[in-house]
Amino acid sequence: MNKLVNSIREAISLSGLKDGMTVSFHHHLRNGDYVLNMVMDEIANMGIKDLTVNASSLFDTHMPLVGHIKNGVVTTVMTDYIAAGLGREFSRGIMKNPIQFRTHGGRPADIALGKTPIDVAFIAAPASDSMGNCSGKYGKSACGSLGYAYADAMHAKKVVVITDNLVSYPLEDWSISEDYVDFVVTVDAVGDPKGIVSGTTKITRDPVGLVMAQNAAKVIEASGLLKDGFSFQTGAGGASLAAAKFLKDIMLRKGIQGSFGLGGITGYMVDMLRSGCFQKLMDVQCFDLGAVESIRTDSRHQEISAMHYASPAAKSAVVDSLDVVILGATEIDTDFNVNVHTDSNGYIMGGSGGHSDTAAGSKLSMIIAPMFRARLPIVTDRVNCISTPGKDIDVLVTQGGIAVNPKNIELKNNLIAAGLNVVDIHDLKEKTERITGKPHRLPKGDKIVAEVIGHDLSIQDYIYNVKGE
Amino acid sequence: MEILKSASAGTIESSDAYVEIEPKEGALDIQIESVVKEQFGEEIKAAVKDVLDENGVKNASVRVVDRGALECVIRARVETAILRGKGEE
Repeated sequence: MNKLVNSIREAISLSGLKDGMTVSFHHHLRNGDYVLNMVMDEIANMGIKDLTVNASSLFDTHMPLVGHIKNGVVTTVMTDYIAAGLGREFSRGIMKNPIQFRTHGGRPADIALGKTPIDVAFIAAPASDSMGNCSGKYGKSACGSLGYAYADAMHAKKVVVITDNLVSYPLEDWSISEDYVDFVVTVDAVGDPKGIVSGTTKITRDPVGLVMAQNAAKVIEASGLLKDGFSFQTGAGGASLAAAKFLKDIMLRKGIQGSFGLGGITGYMVDMLRSGCFQKLMDVQCFDLGAVESIRTDSRHQEISAMHYASPAAKSAVVDSLDVVILGATEIDTDFNVNVHTDSNGYIMGGSGGHSDTAAGSKLSMIIAPMFRARLPIVTDRVNCISTPGKDIDVLVTQGGIAVNPKNIELKNNLIAAGLNVVDIHDLKEKTERITGKPHRLPKGDKIVAEVIGHDLSIQDYIYNVKGE
Repeated sequence: MEILKSASAGTIESSDAYVEIEPKEGALDIQIESVVKEQFGEEIKAAVKDVLDENGVKNASVRVVDRGALECVIRARVETAILRGKGEE
């Protein structure tokens, strides 16, 4: 049996891809990814039209997608995240069909449930053998975990592995196994290493960020959850990383042995593992070189699929065992609804990713954000887009006070008892507006450009086009 | 108060504002670009106008590039540009 084919074009042709079908991609190569563009360009050259693209995330390197949309090659887009440059294009209303935003857990759930079937999955693999046993841990384009690609491999009708590092059969320590793979293609490069992982992720040096981070660590300490067996996820933003550093100091000082760190893993989480703060890392995506090196060499650092990470359709997912998650926000309203999809002018610039999944699953979900950014207050009467519903958010930490969701009375009492600066979220909003002024609301567009599907797989909000310019 | 020469103040860093001022015969011309124009456009224009009035500036062309500065910052940048334009600083 020979699965090796000579070109992407041959693989597309053999896969039987036709007008109106669905193709899928994973995003572990992030802004360094070459595969989505190579495949879509070839599909366009072959004259195939009216496709659905189901990509776990889209980055600005995928800007050629805009041309494929305008030419009718792509008519539906499903994704969990869209970076700001590409998001701006979508916000102008270039598509007839709204984008379908899902969460990192919701995407594999809907794939597994058959709600969003995939005809052909294209899997960028930094290492593969000739039968398609493949991994993200090895090779010049190493990205670490391939967590988001599992659902695509397991449920797509046809699976094409694209690699720039063909190794002898069998690849040891594979992530996705050959039993799912139809074709293997070799190319010169699947991505640009500079865009795949950042060299180092750095903690913030901004004094406001450090105050927020210190407050965040104190909230965790006072929450009652910081004890042996503690589990934790944080993002890669500067203030979130600083919070992790302060948390690490507290854990080491008190001799607390946590159970696992989850996520999107950075070098800081690896440091916490090595320092004994955690016994395991559960990794759906590596953010930096430190994380890639660790998942390759340390058996305590475990790759997990997106289903295992966060799927609401799984029998259980790791987010359901998570104690604390630190998350960001572009806006949060007085009902604690959080927006991570659109910027302050209404343009798409992100997406839930795992935000809503971890907020829903964790015991304590914390938003860390400054009181205002570039004159715009973080707390509003109503966010422009509900990415994560307020019922799943426990606390907002800013430099000017800590606002606890009224549903979590126990947490509020614990924080007050610890002497922390607990404020009502309405008071925090007023205090901020005394500094910034009260912003006028944005005019709403007249066309839905995206629907936002939550962790519970139901539509929870719509994003409208941005007029003018 | 007369603006005698072209002058500027501020930066285009986030949360700051950059202000340019130059002499203009018989008119006061104000141009504002802002990343928060939808949310604070009117307030920014009023603040700039206010500082110009306070300093008796009537014949000048003023351009403000606002990167989300607080009102106190905008006022300070405009005032500094005026003082520099008069040759006082």
